Amino acid sequence: MRDVAVIGVGMQKWGELWKKSLRDIFTESALLAIDEAGVDRIDSMYVGCMSSGLFVGQEHLGSLLADYLGVAPIPALRVESACASGGAAFRQAYFDVASGANDIVLAGGVEKMTDVDGGGATFALSTAADAEYEVYSGVTFPGLYAMVAVAHMHAYGTTREQLAEVSVKNHKNGALNPLAQYPFEVTVDQVLSSVMIADPLTILDCSPITDGAAAAILCPLDMVDDLTDNEPVKILSSAHATDSIALHSRKDLTWLSAVAKAGQIAYKSAGLTPSDIDFVEVHDCFTIAEICAIEALGFFEKGKGGTGAASGETAMGGRIPVNPSGGLKSKGHPVGATGIAQIVETVKQLRGDGGERQVEGARVGMAQNMGGTGGSCVTHILGKA
Amino acid sequence: MSTSAKYWRGIPQRYRLEAERCASCGMEFFPPRLVCSGCGARKFMPITLGDHGKLLTYTVIRVGPSEFCEQTPYAMGIVELEGGVRMTAQIADVDFDDLEVGMPVRIEFRKIREEGQAGILCYGYKFVPAD
Repeated sequence: MRDVAVIGVGMQKWGELWKKSLRDIFTESALLAIDEAGVDRIDSMYVGCMSSGLFVGQEHLGSLLADYLGVAPIPALRVESACASGGAAFRQAYFDVASGANDIVLAGGVEKMTDVDGGGATFALSTAADAEYEVYSGVTFPGLYAMVAVAHMHAYGTTREQLAEVSVKNHKNGALNPLAQYPFEVTVDQVLSSVMIADPLTILDCSPITDGAAAAILCPLDMVDDLTDNEPVKILSSAHATDSIALHSRKDLTWLSAVAKAGQIAYKSAGLTPSDIDFVEVHDCFTIAEICAIEALGFFEKGKGGTGAASGETAMGGRIPVNPSGGLKSKGHPVGATGIAQIVETVKQLRGDGGERQVEGARVGMAQNMGGTGGSCVTHILGKA
Repeated sequence: MSTSAKYWRGIPQRYRLEAERCASCGMEFFPPRLVCSGCGARKFMPITLGDHGKLLTYTVIRVGPSEFCEQTPYAMGIVELEGGVRMTAQIADVDFDDLEVGMPVRIEFRKIREEGQAGILCYGYKFVPAD
């Protein structure tokens, strides 16, 4: 296996992009990444997208997006693992380069979510759960994570205010991210008093509905000097794990075992431990998800994620800054693009291009991208080359 | 709209709680599957689930998916039945303030939703307080 580097990233501002179609928003970000890398070709591409079929009535994205990016006839493939589709696409691109099959590979992610109404979007997202044995009864994703939250609060005494602190922290970080959908700060009181979606989660505990895309260019580490003047970032490890799709099948409703497993594999293959990680982008689709993720990734003991979230240790300047980008909560969550946007932020931070939200002295960063209620998880560790 | 096959295929589980027990390790599965996720065996004995259990966690859905928008708000929970099988369903006939982890519930046969004006009436299981 060859060592692999990221040599270019691209992302446009996320939001409700009414005037742009899926193909537009993907191509804009892909071109930014290609131009930033300074490459004159790509050899293959992988695009993470959860549900273009339900959101915009379009499948066969590999061909569509290669065509509109002007790179056909290269091999191009859409990759799907629910909300972990972006991370999964990045992992496929990594393997493509590491194996020697291709040299310059684009990993992208895209989701166009505002072409359906709220009920349609809620339904499309719900298909990441067990359609026949969870969704049939009327469950939603906020509902599933609300049930994780109730179980966590019951088992460990996690409080409603601790959940809110995750949202407050991520919005504070996102307020410094010009590409974020909701770049403003919120208070604990605002989180608690905002409209209830699924008890105990309010709308400010939930990541939003977002249109957006992101892209990255990968190449062999030993070809970097020939291809680009950009500062490369090295992929130190790539890991993927699965768990039951139905939340009710888990022995412990508060524990994301796929996240824990993917984390353990990522640490081991990079020869690192949680204390070596300078910052982490975690999959905070809901506030409780960040609390569970920072436990499963070993940054806090099991059951201590709530107190950890409220301790300031996960804030910028804390022991382990979590979601310097603003996370899914503030930056937005176009589901298939999220995993790639985590890579974009990680690369920027490691290059020292984090701007006002730069993690000082960042040398090693982690990106944790999760599908469903943790039925899949893709985790990457990146480092300064 | 789905064809009726997608609906009637699930009737043994949704109406009659038909499940199975691994002939090798005894683990119970609902719905039935072809490979035991506990021990890898492929032989099972048919069983019918009991109708009593306890609530492990719950929520109240205030914003529903398109097919359930008219039912909101409604309570949902994950229940562990006496044989160990866990399932997700709505909790009917309950005051939301009375919901608590550990509360005893039983399963009742109820209407779940309607698939559009000319579509199928969909039935299945819901939980109700067992007191």
